[in-house]
Amino acid sequence: MVEFFTTTNLGIVLLILGQCLLVLVPLLVALAFLMYADRKIWAAVQMRRGPNVVGVFGLLQSFADFLKYIVKEVVVPAGADKAVFFLAPMISFVLAVIAWAVIPFDDGWVLSDINVAILYVFAISSLEVYGVIMGGWASNSKYPFLGSLRSAAQMISYEVSIGLIIIGVIISTGSMNFGDIVRAQEGSWGIFNWYWLPHFPMLFLFFISALAETNRPPFDLPEAESELVAGYQVEYSSTPFLLFMIGELMAVVLMCALVSLLFFGGWLSPIPGLPDGIWWMVIKMSFFFFIFSMVKAITPRYRYDQLMRLGWKVFLPMSLGWVVIVSFLAKYEALGGLWARWTIGG
Amino acid sequence: MTVAAFTFYAFAVTTLLGGLMTVMSRNPVHSVLWLILAFISSAGLFVLLGAEFVAMLLMIVYVGAVAVLFLFVVMMLDIDFAELKAEMARYMPLALLIGVVILMQLGMAFGAWDYSEGVAERLAAPAGEVQNTAALGQLIYDKYIMLFQLAGLILLVAMIGAIVLTLRHRTNIKRQDILAQMYRDPAKAMELKDVKPGQGL
Repeated sequence: MVEFFTTTNLGIVLLILGQCLLVLVPLLVALAFLMYADRKIWAAVQMRRGPNVVGVFGLLQSFADFLKYIVKEVVVPAGADKAVFFLAPMISFVLAVIAWAVIPFDDGWVLSDINVAILYVFAISSLEVYGVIMGGWASNSKYPFLGSLRSAAQMISYEVSIGLIIIGVIISTGSMNFGDIVRAQEGSWGIFNWYWLPHFPMLFLFFISALAETNRPPFDLPEAESELVAGYQVEYSSTPFLLFMIGELMAVVLMCALVSLLFFGGWLSPIPGLPDGIWWMVIKMSFFFFIFSMVKAITPRYRYDQLMRLGWKVFLPMSLGWVVIVSFLAKYEALGGLWARWTIGG
Repeated sequence: MTVAAFTFYAFAVTTLLGGLMTVMSRNPVHSVLWLILAFISSAGLFVLLGAEFVAMLLMIVYVGAVAVLFLFVVMMLDIDFAELKAEMARYMPLALLIGVVILMQLGMAFGAWDYSEGVAERLAAPAGEVQNTAALGQLIYDKYIMLFQLAGLILLVAMIGAIVLTLRHRTNIKRQDILAQMYRDPAKAMELKDVKPGQGL
C-alpha cells in the first residue's frame, strides 16, 4: 500500500491530490467562519448585532450566503468580452488557492517544500492583479474600468515595498524557504527570538503594505463604494462574484499566514518550554485576521493620491533603506548576530 | 511517458500556442493576455530545467510588472477594428516576406549546426550541491560585481533621462504640503463662536 503511493506514477499523483484536498478543504471551511468573524467584528465595533439569524449566533451565515450566490442568475453585460469576463474571477480564485502550496502549517507540514517558496508566494500575489484588471476591462463599463485601473497601479506600487521587506528577512535567514525562515527564529527566548524584534519597523510597513496589496480598507480604492459603486465587481453577480470574494478573502488570510511566518515564528511556541505545533500557527493567523478586521472597522478610506504618495515616497525609501541597513548589520553580525542567523536557518 | 515529459510537452505546447495567438489575435488586449500565458508557460519550462530562481524572476518581473504595464497601456487604446483589418490586409505581403526570410535563415542556421571538437569538456560544470539561487548570487554579487553595478548605473541614467524629459513643473497650480497639513492643529485651523439663536454670525 505504502509502496503504491510512493513509487508508481498514479500513486504519487493520487497522493498529491489527497494532500491538496487536505489543505484546501479545511482552508475553505475556515474561510467561511473567518468571513463570519469579519462581519461580526465589524458589527461589534459599530455596535450592531451582525449576522445572527442562520444557525446558533448566526454561525452558518456564510453557508447560507454561499447557497444564495450559487443559485442566483448569472448576469452578463451586453458589451462584455465573455471569455475574459468569466476568466477573471476564476484567475482570482485559482491564484489565491495555489499560493497555499508552499505555506507550512507545522514543521514539514507543507505541500511543496521548494527552496524559492517565498519568491513563489510573491510571484503569485503579484499575479493577483490580473483578476482585477481583466474583470474591470471585460465588463465594458465605466466604473469597473476605473476601479481596475486604480487597483493595477495600487497593487504594483505596494508590491515593491513588500518585496523589499521580504528581502530583509531573506538576508537575515540566508534562505528563501519558509521552513528555514521559521527555524531561524527558533531559540531559547521564545517570543523574543522571532524576527519581529530585529525587523521591528518593517513589521508595520509589511502589515500596511499587505492591506494595500489585498485591497482591504483603508486602501480599498478599487471598489470604493462611495465613488465607484463597487469598482471592478459592479457587473458581477452570482458565482463569479462569489469567486472574486473568496479570492480576495483568501489573499487576506494568506497575508496573515505570511506575517506569522516571516515575523512571528510560524508554528513556534512563544513561551519556551511549551510544545510547538500547528495550533500556534492557527492562533497567530487568527490574531492577525482579527487585526485586519479591526483596521477595516476603524479607519476611514484613503484618498487615491495620498495612497500613491505613501507607497512611493514613504514606504519605498524606508524599506529600501532598511535593506541596506540590514545588510550591514548582518554582515558585521551586530549584537551577537541578531540579524545574521545563517547558522540556524540556511 | 513520464510525468516530467508530459509536463514538458504541456508547457511547450502552451508556450507556442501563447506566442502564436499573441500575433494572431485581433484584439490587442487578448494579445497581451496570450503573451502572459506564454510567459507563464516558459516559467514552467525553467522550473523543469531546474532553474527555479529564474522561473520565479520571470513571473515576478515579466508577468507581475512588465505585462501589467502593457495591459494598462493597451486597455487605454482607442481601437477601430475595421481600420485594423484594412491595415492588416495592406501589410500582409510584407509580413509574409519577412516571415519567409526568417524561416529560411533559421532553417539554414540549424541545417549547418554542428558541435565543435571537445565541447563536453568546455561546458559549464553543474553547480553541484549549491542551490542555484546561491550560485547566481555568488556570480552576480561576488565575481561580476563591477559589471553588475555598471549595468545598474546605465539603467539609472536611462531612468533619470526619462524623468528629465517628461518632467514639467507647473507653477500656477495649488500644491499639497503634507508636512504643513500634518502639523496643523485645531487651534490654528478653526475658531469657536457662540452663536445666539436667531441672529447668526
